[in-house]
Amino acid sequence: MKVKVIVTPKETVLDPQGAAVREAMLHLGFSAARDVRIGRYLEIELEGDLQAQEPKLRELCRDLLSNPVIEDYRLEMPNETK
Amino acid sequence: MKFAVIQFPGSNCDQDCLAALRSIDGIESDYVWHKETSLSGWDAIVLPGGFSYGDYLRCGAIARFSPIMRSVVQEAQSGMLVMGICNGFQILCEAGLLPGALVRNRSLHFVCDMVTTRVEVTDSPFTCEMPVGALLHLPVAHGEGCYYADERTLSELNERQQVLLRYCDKTGRVVPAANPNGSVENIAGICNRERNVFGLMPHPDRACEKRLGSSDGARLFESMLRSLATDRAAA
Repeated sequence: MKVKVIVTPKETVLDPQGAAVREAMLHLGFSAARDVRIGRYLEIELEGDLQAQEPKLRELCRDLLSNPVIEDYRLEMPNETK
Repeated sequence: MKFAVIQFPGSNCDQDCLAALRSIDGIESDYVWHKETSLSGWDAIVLPGGFSYGDYLRCGAIARFSPIMRSVVQEAQSGMLVMGICNGFQILCEAGLLPGALVRNRSLHFVCDMVTTRVEVTDSPFTCEMPVGALLHLPVAHGEGCYYADERTLSELNERQQVLLRYCDKTGRVVPAANPNGSVENIAGICNRERNVFGLMPHPDRACEKRLGSSDGARLFESMLRSLATDRAAA
């Protein structure tokens, strides 16, 4: 079974990559792009009891997969995804 | 005094650090592989620059969990001098030994250049050999050297005089044009509250010999040496 982790830069952190991509979108005539933020997406294939692993997963999201100083994360468990 | 240079897979300034440290009278230095688990017997620790673990995930994010890092944290907490240069600075931030984080340069460019930095504080083991306002010409080479900290952390850093170096122009003015990477308030190097852990993006290790364009980096290592010698004499 697969869990997904989405890491995005915090609102307060400048994202020059996102800004460059937004600029490119504007050049391509897509003027509706007001803001672009670039993050990271991870798919983690798991085995065993998902519920039992959730606390450790959250810990890893906080300590390894994201840096709470500059990033937020979202952990999507299978039962949460529709 | 014995300085340990930690080698992570992907470190590439370990040799520069070793050569620079050994060029200074009174410093002995050797490598410590990241899989080692003890740092007892050393007087100071240097985390060199490079691309530990290929900069995967985030710069320094994986190195932070290397076996040796437990001892680095332990020794840092018990007062040993720790200097992190470039990738070493990133690792110290990831490890929580220094506040804030280093993010992608605002220009998105990898910068490889000589910069001028101004010594902001003399009251630290890393800058005690220099007066406030001293200018150090040092090379930088990084893609993720933009120092970021939230406002509270930033005002704490300023209040407690933890900013040791700022990017400045050749006359010592801290101006936006002298900022190579977009760091907040031109911050080039900071120390922790206890003042024994120091991280900086410029490379003092590549500036310890006039032939290389500058020997200003040596003054940081000499400061460490002097402060260690003073401590030892007092003990």
